[in-house]
Amino acid sequence: MTLTETAVTKTIDARGMACPGPLLALIGAIRQGHVGDTFAVLSSDAGSKTDIPAWCAKAKHEIVEVVDEGGFVRFVVRKAH
Amino acid sequence: MPARVVILGGGVGGTLAANLLQKELGGDATVTVVDGTGMHIYQPGFLYVALDQANALWLARDERTLLRKNVELVVEHATRIDPSTQTVALAHGGSLSYDYLVLATGSRLERDAIPGYGDSHDFYSFEGALRLREELRRFKGGRILVGVAGIPYKCPPAPVEFVLMLDEYLRKRGLREKSSVTLLSPLNRVFTIESASKLVQPIFDKQGVGLSTFFNVESVDTAKHTVSSLEGETAEYDLLVLVPPHRGAAVIESSGLGDEGGWVPTDRNTLQHKSFERILALGDATDLPISKSGSTAHFEAPVVASRIASFVHGTAPRTAYGGQVMCFLETGGGRATSLRFDYAHPPIPPKPSRMWHWAKWAFNRAYWVTIPQGRVG
Repeated sequence: MTLTETAVTKTIDARGMACPGPLLALIGAIRQGHVGDTFAVLSSDAGSKTDIPAWCAKAKHEIVEVVDEGGFVRFVVRKAH
Repeated sequence: MPARVVILGGGVGGTLAANLLQKELGGDATVTVVDGTGMHIYQPGFLYVALDQANALWLARDERTLLRKNVELVVEHATRIDPSTQTVALAHGGSLSYDYLVLATGSRLERDAIPGYGDSHDFYSFEGALRLREELRRFKGGRILVGVAGIPYKCPPAPVEFVLMLDEYLRKRGLREKSSVTLLSPLNRVFTIESASKLVQPIFDKQGVGLSTFFNVESVDTAKHTVSSLEGETAEYDLLVLVPPHRGAAVIESSGLGDEGGWVPTDRNTLQHKSFERILALGDATDLPISKSGSTAHFEAPVVASRIASFVHGTAPRTAYGGQVMCFLETGGGRATSLRFDYAHPPIPPKPSRMWHWAKWAFNRAYWVTIPQGRVG
């Protein structure tokens, strides 16, 4: 188990969920969360590799980790403000 | 002694699950639906009411008329669930005991969560749709913004449908030249599903509908007529239409059965509560990051019913939920497309056509005599 796996506030398993999709689920979690919370999102959607970093850059939240787990990608994002 | 199945919520999921359970279990169970209003509302119709295309009376029926004869209906609010004693407390002091409990409690709108929400409009409730209809009837032209003020929200295609149908509505009334229509998208594209987005974007371009991306509404300044986003941008409006923030039902929160948004922690395949195996959830009530829509509830209800029937009969469950959702997406001009997908298969939407528009229209009309009774698989 990596350090981030023990530290995440919540894991969102959005694999295979085309609609509303992994990024919207992450935005929802960040809206509900507290500053400093970390969220792991599991996504099998190829678009997430560009969409999630693009939103985090625009909304100024921190990407802690992006891990290709084979078949899906695990994004860990920290709510920065 | 027959098993006691209690279902909280008389929406599409609760009603269908109740009817299927009663049909499958017969005398082996008592099936009781608890609903605070006793009225079944066809929520996809709000969009048409707001845009003056349907009469509001079409949207509501007495829940009793949709349930099989042997399903009991209790018209009361459930106030608290106690999984340790397997009881549900009711608002007027009574309680119900259960062997299996189905949470079909839907979602509730929490407009107050957005500072300044009061001035804006929505088509997510009866009252909201009627108020917006009146506002649009008075509208003489100006800047219209349509945005999303909370995630998750019911029916992800609805804001896109609204914007394209609004464009058509304004053209018919001769107001389109005097107005701008802009969708504030929470994502970096017009719609959540990329393949559908590629179909819809050219329609936005052709109709001159504006798009602001990565705009998640955070607050409204009613004095300045501006709306601000989580991402730090601000836009001006004359008429603001927002998808209100949603939360899980009050009874879920007061019973400590939900997450921070009031959504029920639910297994994505078995639809059982992650901590209480005798409690199952479906539709909007779950925490699954999947569409909150009647379609989702419609596909989940047979799984919930079948699994409970297996538990009652002491047999191994034969079905699991595979993430099935099917919905229509109106694209304006009397055309629509459709989205069908599951956990393993992403949607491949067909080109928008009149056929899908009529299919949606026919579905809306046939709803009352097909879906709650389980006549459409």
